[in-house]
Amino acid sequence: MNARFFAAQRITAFVLAFAVVIHLTTIIYAVRGGLTAADILARTHGNTGLALFYGVFVIAVAIHAPIGLRNVLREWSAWHGRTLDTSLAFLALLLLVLGLRAVTAVFGS
Amino acid sequence: MTEALNVEIWRGDEKGQFQSFAIPTRPHQTVLDVVTEVQREHDATLSYRFACRVGMCGSCAMVVNGRPRWTCRTRVNAVIGGGNHLRLEPLRNFTIVKDLAVEMTQFFDKWKEAHGYFEPGPHEKSDFAVVSPQSRERQAADAGIECIGCGVCYSACDVVGWNKDYLGPAALNRAWTLMNDVRDFDQAARLDAVSGDDGCQACHTHMSCTTFCPKAIAPTYSIAGLKRAAVIGVLRGAR
Repeated sequence: MNARFFAAQRITAFVLAFAVVIHLTTIIYAVRGGLTAADILARTHGNTGLALFYGVFVIAVAIHAPIGLRNVLREWSAWHGRTLDTSLAFLALLLLVLGLRAVTAVFGS
Repeated sequence: MTEALNVEIWRGDEKGQFQSFAIPTRPHQTVLDVVTEVQREHDATLSYRFACRVGMCGSCAMVVNGRPRWTCRTRVNAVIGGGNHLRLEPLRNFTIVKDLAVEMTQFFDKWKEAHGYFEPGPHEKSDFAVVSPQSRERQAADAGIECIGCGVCYSACDVVGWNKDYLGPAALNRAWTLMNDVRDFDQAARLDAVSGDDGCQACHTHMSCTTFCPKAIAPTYSIAGLKRAAVIGVLRGAR
């Protein structure tokens, strides 16, 4: 792993450590009274703060996960080189697009 | 003299096998004493390395009952756990030349790959450099400087086990001592040399190198220092 990947993975891990705790706490708290999906969406639509939070969350995941997966694949398989890096760049893009699409759907106005 | 030791010794190269010898137990006997007795009294074709016999050269390192050690500084009583069984193998992660002797070329080539040599700069110095023994850099270098290149850490390293190109704890430890040498002129190239898929970032911090180093050096911390330096380099835009 080169120094840039290493730095990016560590920095996004720092972000995710907080983001995952906030996310889990929020979803457990939100559904404790039996809210339906429609009730939740009614509350989240147009919430700019949560949209920003989950936007950062998605970006961090899109950077962190492919780098970690690259390390695992390099160590546990013979798949190295450009095809691996290109495939994981596509995975990063896919996570980013799907994640931001979900953020828009849940928090968009 | 009490019950004989049952000594299993690896014979041959990668495709070899263990051969058993019965060796008398003796007071204060070291593992190197046992190997020497096998060669002198039982089988003169046994190949192994040693030189100083007092823990200075590091050439007698082998895997003793599953753990890499200097055999000259390991008493038999300390490793047989009350039994009488001794199993001796060549260091792991090295190519076996024959029996207990391994090929160390790749190990030392990696020291060069890690830029583990001093770069004096383009101009001859007019005077001695003054380096305070109390300075942070000098103390960091001191912590790793006593490495004698025995290969015990390299043998113990899981990462070398699954990635033969990984630079390994000894080479990275050497690079870290030089990163803390304020007289050195090529730190950027060294940081480049130790960063990458086979460099310091590949370390999993299992700490086997630190556990087994006979000199009580902690290569894990040296590698952590290199990781920090690399991240700082990225954040400063230098890399």
